[in-house]
Amino acid sequence: MKFNSVFDIIGPVMIGPSSSHTAGAARIGKAARNLLGREPKWATIYLYESFAKTYKGHGTDFALIGGLLGFETDDSRMSKSLELAKANGMTYEFVEDTAATSHPNTVRLVIGDDQDQVELVGISIGGGKVEITELNGFELRLSGNHPALLITHNDRFGAIASVTSVLAKHEVNIGHMEVNRKDVGQEALMVIEVDQNVDDSILKELEASEYIGHISKIVS
Amino acid sequence: MFRTVAELVEIAERENILLSEVMIRQEMEVKERAREDVLSDMEKNLIVMENAIEDSLKGVESVTGLTGGDAVRIQTYMKEKTPLSGPLMMDAVSKAMGTNEVNAAMGTICATPTAGSAGCVPGTLFAVKNQLKPSREQMIRYLFTAGAFGFVVANNAFISGAAGGCQAEVGSAGAMASAAIVEMAGGTPQQSAEAFAITLKNMLGLVCDPVAGLVEVPCVKRNAAGASLAIVSADMALAGVTSRIPCDEVIGAMYRIGKTMPSALRETGEGGLADTPTGRMLKEKIFGLSV
Repeated sequence: MKFNSVFDIIGPVMIGPSSSHTAGAARIGKAARNLLGREPKWATIYLYESFAKTYKGHGTDFALIGGLLGFETDDSRMSKSLELAKANGMTYEFVEDTAATSHPNTVRLVIGDDQDQVELVGISIGGGKVEITELNGFELRLSGNHPALLITHNDRFGAIASVTSVLAKHEVNIGHMEVNRKDVGQEALMVIEVDQNVDDSILKELEASEYIGHISKIVS
Repeated sequence: MFRTVAELVEIAERENILLSEVMIRQEMEVKERAREDVLSDMEKNLIVMENAIEDSLKGVESVTGLTGGDAVRIQTYMKEKTPLSGPLMMDAVSKAMGTNEVNAAMGTICATPTAGSAGCVPGTLFAVKNQLKPSREQMIRYLFTAGAFGFVVANNAFISGAAGGCQAEVGSAGAMASAAIVEMAGGTPQQSAEAFAITLKNMLGLVCDPVAGLVEVPCVKRNAAGASLAIVSADMALAGVTSRIPCDEVIGAMYRIGKTMPSALRETGEGGLADTPTGRMLKEKIFGLSV
């Protein structure tokens, strides 16, 4: 089921005016920031359908940037986020894209700094709840409401077992998991939603496993 | 986990507990949390709702100037005259609109189930409370009852205007409020379901057509409609009136109607009231001709 908590319905506490266009947008922005691992220096933001048509009226622009600045949905600085981003030296651009998407509230964020970049697609499904549907060309489904690990690895037997056995050893429970690959034997991505934040020492242990590439984590 | 209103009501009847209790127990089980933590989190939401209503009664105005001040206007009218629809009704209308005025003015609110429809549940709660004199716990339970019904709608249909039109937002919010009023007034779980069905039936087909894409016109006044209909439906259900179409089938109808709604009427600001001469003029005035 898409919604599993009463607080998805009664909540979130947020700065107006729209749960899907403001609170949801802020959460997608924050997920992108978490995936980069730090505040981006630049952001190109593609908006689709309802997001593209109404983002100025709904404050979707300042909410997305607020998320990139790390703000929660009820942060009172939200409506000032565009100025705050400029003050932090962040450059950003909004593009209204006319391409058709499967969900009316869709945004593609390309963010980064001089070392790294992240490209993700997020959808805002109502009441402030969001899903990440694409990351760096991989299709996935991530709620952003739980801590998660995103692990690139070589598409080989044993790669998944090596990760899950380390998590099991440290008593980290997996709530949701999926694996995607670009092609047989090529780069692949594991998405693992967990019940608690994963300690950095566990990440180091995971990185040492065979066939494991880059690991990023989303804390919640 | 309950998936339908029928299942929700069945659990409450079988265990002889309130609908709010079904929701509380499910939250404790699914999230592995203690009762006091779940209740205290909901009380935090209640406090946000209370503060938003208080702020609105001091008078607020949105950045565009399109909305604000009507909650105060209605309260003043109630002091000077006897409202034709009764003081409780107009109090609910004033507090529902007030919550959405605060939302439009970028104040802090609690989405129930969304920000655009955030007025219906607290607006009715803080109006019926003057007559029903609930305990603090009953006020918190009101939100769990409302949440239980919203939970079914969100999982079987939708709660956002972009996906299903205003019927999915204010329609759901008003119907959630109806069900919660019935429980607080001492009605049965089945009567809550009847009240929910009656409200949602009368909101079917309502489009989402915000002027200039802003959550202001007509959203604030639609919350007045949702709140007032919620009270009427609750009274009907408490009187023993039932819905000929069962609650879950009404939710199914809402879903299918939303699926066939053109995108111009789903929160794009392109159709309906947004596309009237005055709607277009307001948009130009706010954003300039280039938008």
